[in-house]
Amino acid sequence: MKINFRRFFPERHTTSGTLRNSFDRRSMVIGTVQGGIGVLLASRMGYLAVFENEKYKLEAESNRVNLSLIPPRRGWILDRYGTPLASNRADFRVDIIPDRMSDPERTINRLGRLLSLTPIQMQDLHDKLDKARGFAPVEVSSGLDWERFAAVSVRLPDLPGVVTQRGFSRHYPAGPCVGHLLGYVGTASAEDYEKDRDPLLITPGYKVGKDGIEKVFEQQLRGKPGARRVEVTASGRIVRDLETREDVQGQTIKLTIDAGLQEYAARRIGPESGAVVVMDCHTGDVLTMASMPSFDPNSFSDGIGRLEWKMLSDDDHVPLRNKVLRGLYPPGSTVKPMVALSFLKAGLDPEESVVCNGGLRVGNRVFHCWNRRGHGRVNMAKGIYQSCDVYFYYFAQKIGMDPIAAMARRLGLGQEFDLPVVGQSYGTVPDPAWKLKKYGREWQTYDTVNATIGQGYFLVNPLQQAVMASRIASGQELMPSLLYSDKRGGAPSLGVTQEHLDYVHQAMSDVVNGPGTAHRAALPIEGVNLAGKTGTAQVVSLSVSSGKGGLWKYRDHGHFICFAPFDKPRYACAVVIEHGGGSGAAYPVARDVMTYLWDKEKAMDKLLEFEKQWGGTPSERLDARYRAYAAQYGVNVPAVSAEDVRQAENTQQSVQPIVNEAQTPAPEPVATGTEAPAGEATPPPATESDGSGANPQ
Amino acid sequence: MSRSIVPEPVARQPWQMLIPLFGLVALGGAVLYSAAGGHLQPYALSHVIRFLVFLVMAIVISLMSRNLFRMAAYPIYGGIVVLLVLVEAIGAVGGGSQRWLNLGFMTLQPSELMKPAIVLVLAKFYETLPPPMTASMRGLVPAAVLIGIPAALVILQPDLGTALAICFGGAVTMFLAGLPLSWFLGAGGVAVVGTPVAFFTLLHDYQRKRVLTFLDPESDPLGTGYHITQSKIAIGSGGIFGKGFGNGTQSHLQYLPEAHTDFVFATMAEEWGFIGGLFVIFVFGVLMAWGLRVARNAPDRFSSLLAAGMTATIFFYVAINLMMVMGLAPVVGIPLPFMSHGGTSMLTNMICLGTIMAVNRWNQRPSTFS
Repeated sequence: MKINFRRFFPERHTTSGTLRNSFDRRSMVIGTVQGGIGVLLASRMGYLAVFENEKYKLEAESNRVNLSLIPPRRGWILDRYGTPLASNRADFRVDIIPDRMSDPERTINRLGRLLSLTPIQMQDLHDKLDKARGFAPVEVSSGLDWERFAAVSVRLPDLPGVVTQRGFSRHYPAGPCVGHLLGYVGTASAEDYEKDRDPLLITPGYKVGKDGIEKVFEQQLRGKPGARRVEVTASGRIVRDLETREDVQGQTIKLTIDAGLQEYAARRIGPESGAVVVMDCHTGDVLTMASMPSFDPNSFSDGIGRLEWKMLSDDDHVPLRNKVLRGLYPPGSTVKPMVALSFLKAGLDPEESVVCNGGLRVGNRVFHCWNRRGHGRVNMAKGIYQSCDVYFYYFAQKIGMDPIAAMARRLGLGQEFDLPVVGQSYGTVPDPAWKLKKYGREWQTYDTVNATIGQGYFLVNPLQQAVMASRIASGQELMPSLLYSDKRGGAPSLGVTQEHLDYVHQAMSDVVNGPGTAHRAALPIEGVNLAGKTGTAQVVSLSVSSGKGGLWKYRDHGHFICFAPFDKPRYACAVVIEHGGGSGAAYPVARDVMTYLWDKEKAMDKLLEFEKQWGGTPSERLDARYRAYAAQYGVNVPAVSAEDVRQAENTQQSVQPIVNEAQTPAPEPVATGTEAPAGEATPPPATESDGSGANPQ
Repeated sequence: MSRSIVPEPVARQPWQMLIPLFGLVALGGAVLYSAAGGHLQPYALSHVIRFLVFLVMAIVISLMSRNLFRMAAYPIYGGIVVLLVLVEAIGAVGGGSQRWLNLGFMTLQPSELMKPAIVLVLAKFYETLPPPMTASMRGLVPAAVLIGIPAALVILQPDLGTALAICFGGAVTMFLAGLPLSWFLGAGGVAVVGTPVAFFTLLHDYQRKRVLTFLDPESDPLGTGYHITQSKIAIGSGGIFGKGFGNGTQSHLQYLPEAHTDFVFATMAEEWGFIGGLFVIFVFGVLMAWGLRVARNAPDRFSSLLAAGMTATIFFYVAINLMMVMGLAPVVGIPLPFMSHGGTSMLTNMICLGTIMAVNRWNQRPSTFS
């Protein structure tokens, strides 16, 4: 080994003297290196502190100063008289920003104790946190009293990620009565934020409109956020306020709705599933657009909890669907005044008559009148007030479908209106061209016969029915409007002569005040006569159910359209009661709603009496139902999937499950005979049974 | 001895170095006062008191004789190695690594003491080594073993920073001892090749992350890169004259991590600016220059190696710390001498200082017997 190394390192003459020299030289080197590093450090520091000073100053400033947005107060929504439909209430709230929590489990449990949250609320909070994106705030609780708010506020330093705020929350005084009309507000979803990158959307306490008016007028209602510049520590603790800018409240939206009437109508529907629309016959203003049952927008704003979700999805009355705009129903006999107008326009003499023996043979099938005993000799007026089907079967064949369809469209059926709403289903006004295009089949006579009594392919929504009533009443092409405006030009004429209108008005008045099908619909107001038309639309074949009783979902829909006073029309109204068992379920509602317009007290007395039997107002009934659910299920309800909630938040896009193609009458003649043909899966062409339900005469 | 109004023991102290040092410690105290939000407690007062106590200790060290140093070299080294093994053993028994030895009345970090001790033992070794053997294996292998044992024990703790400091002090002493230059160049070459290998095999995950973050601090601005980014913001935002005493937002609002220990220079630079930074670098420059001058003036090999090695050890602290806070080196957790709050580093640095002062004293009274 030694020999090897010697060869590599030739023997040098090393003495203490050479070592001393080498030390001096090398210490010089080390000193130079040290000096060099010193110069390097000094110049590096000069570079940072002098040349990049501006950049780092800015960064230090953006560290130190935190700009927090103050959610703007949302604009109010008022009714036509200035009564608030949606306002803001000052409240105390607590939010969590998940990204900033250090120990989520501990923090949440601690919050739960401090705020005394129930197990159900805790479960909903966990659900919300599971779904939340980290940067977006999650509401823990709002509407807190001062004690609980203070209990959390003083412990904020130990609860990173928790934000307490004094702010405003949305308040809907009428609760469920305006749920579908106004929609509700809620924390912006991730999709909302992706569409609109406004940082306001992820500010704790800010809510966006999720449905109805709140969603359509989101930009106007939003306002401008205030801002607070604060000095914060690295952990987010606020050291002091630097500057505060007040928020600017959103614009006020004034609707044509009459708050009192809206609430009355919604309450009057009671436990039924239905819709009421009231329109002003002078301007087209929509005074009421009620769809029940509904949800309470006040309780939706903190997200939809498991129990709430179960309640809503268990309800076969589909509380999430706005039936005014999204409910499509065969209109039944309510189309008869419209059909009569088309007959008149086509030149039919109203005194021309036909004998009704309870049915009419069309081709190889017999179409029944609702009154199997027959109406005897029937002219146009009797055809309307007695709702005789045979009259319309007979003359419709003579006139043809096209004039009828044209009149239907002119009166608003099948139309989509220019309204600030989230969606409208506009249904179908069938005619030969439509059928050919849709099914590739020729129009048949029995299709005309079905359509003329509002069955078959005919589908309308309650708003269209109200528009039809208002146009028949006024003779003008009224357009429904929801946004209130002082100046509004008159609507153009329908092009129907006053003579024709008067004839139909008189016949419709006779429905209620004469020998018609709806005596009980008469208004209890001296000098105000209601004119109306009943309608009962079959849902399933008579062989499945008579439509009057039995399973709820097989019962007939009840319709009523009306206006008053009949000689000087002021208000028009349409009522639909889903599966109400016939028009008898609909016209009492219309009567009371119209009564309210002239005599609030009389109408209220009647309602309060009903509500005693029903178990209170819609809000009270919802609360009672929630309590029952809470007691029955507690925290054992399965979680709401994100997909479910997304669908729920887009309620207007839900499919109409009740009326779809499969349930419209089959286009083919199936059988002959006295009884309506009973196809297995295809309900028969309607053998229309109409009238006042229990006592038709 | 010439008569003077200044008593001789006072007059012979190296005031040209001590006065700037007092200035530096005073600045450190002021920075710590500000970092505590304008309070003497808990940092500033204890910092100054510690300095004064350890200064007395340094003066006591400086009064010791050269022979005492020579005699004590191996026993001290051996004792500290035993302590290092003890720390390792206790850590193993206790289940988990540890660096401290609890003596009851205080905690002791033997790895810190090893920094001056390695210089001392190597100085002794090379003094006793016959000059012709310097360039042979007998000049290299024992020294390498002397460095290797403590370095390995410290790396096991694991404490890469301290291990590097020990190796650096030892290597500089060997370099000055006159080992052939080609060996250092060869070792440097091996290091260049071996570093990437060591990086992926020897380093712990957190150490590897630190290095990666150092190379690209913006890649992880809220994680490991946060330290470097915030430190640069503090230094950069200070500007030429700083934000003023007590006005540093980075430190006061806790954006700067370890504002009173490892990143004390950034805290200082934010409030005192470039001027303050130049002062600190200047004082360290004076200290280094003085230490090397003492080493060069030393009458014998042992003394000169001792003084130069101690200077290098202090230098290593200063250079790594400043490079770290300015974003030129990874975050390794090495405090800034005389400014960072912390007893252990103050102790180590004052031992180094006291040793250099001792050599300085020997220089003034060259004698063959002391």
